[in-house]
Amino acid sequence: MDWQGQKITEQLMQLIIVAFAVIAFATGYLMASFQMMILIYAGGVVLTTLVTVPNWPFFNHHPLKWLDPSELEKHPKPQPSPNVSSKKKSVKK
Amino acid sequence: MHSFGYRANALLTFAVTILALMCAMASVSDNFNTPTPSAQVQVLNINWFQKQPNGNDEVSMTLNISADLQSLFTWNTKQVFVFLAAEYETPKNSLNQISLWDGIIPSKEHAKFWIHTSNKYRFIDQGSNLQGKEYNLTMHWHVMPKSGKMFADKIVMPGYRLPEEYR
Repeated sequence: MDWQGQKITEQLMQLIIVAFAVIAFATGYLMASFQMMILIYAGGVVLTTLVTVPNWPFFNHHPLKWLDPSELEKHPKPQPSPNVSSKKKSVKK
Repeated sequence: MHSFGYRANALLTFAVTILALMCAMASVSDNFNTPTPSAQVQVLNINWFQKQPNGNDEVSMTLNISADLQSLFTWNTKQVFVFLAAEYETPKNSLNQISLWDGIIPSKEHAKFWIHTSNKYRFIDQGSNLQGKEYNLTMHWHVMPKSGKMFADKIVMPGYRLPEEYR
């Protein structure tokens, strides 16, 4: 699961659970059945688990694009500066 | 969110938090219920009325108890505990409260009832104050919820009097 997938799965998890909670509470209230509320909510949690916990393919659509090795030649590693040695000389004097 | 375990943990934590919130809201929704219970008690007979060897008065009586407590039930109600108490004042105690009968009402269908019974618990005074005593019969109830706050209330029914003489 890539970075974008992780973000999507977190948002999706919260969205589905809250949606089911609202539906469950409304249904339970209207049907005057606390048990119905709990059952619907439990169903929502199970559904959310199945959708967001496994690493499904649609959470892998934005892989990181690593730089090409040829970029290394365009930006060589900096070398130590000659100024350092001159500073050392002045100290000796 | 980078592993199966982390995602499962995050989901379950969030789910339990929302569940607690839903239960709290269910409890709050009980406040919108406006119950209109009614109750009526007749004392059909004083079976016997005696002074105990230790000096306390004791009464046994036959009661007709009818009540409609259906309006106490909401979707969050598990059961209703109801009890009938005799309440009176004596020089020693400003409030004497003696439970005569109680019951647990498990559902709305059982909440409208009519029963004919003698007092389930003994009506014994702390002393010898019951001759000719006026008392109230009070029906108390406790609404026990599935989640959250318990409500309690009562109906006071005044105007009962015990006989002047033992029998």
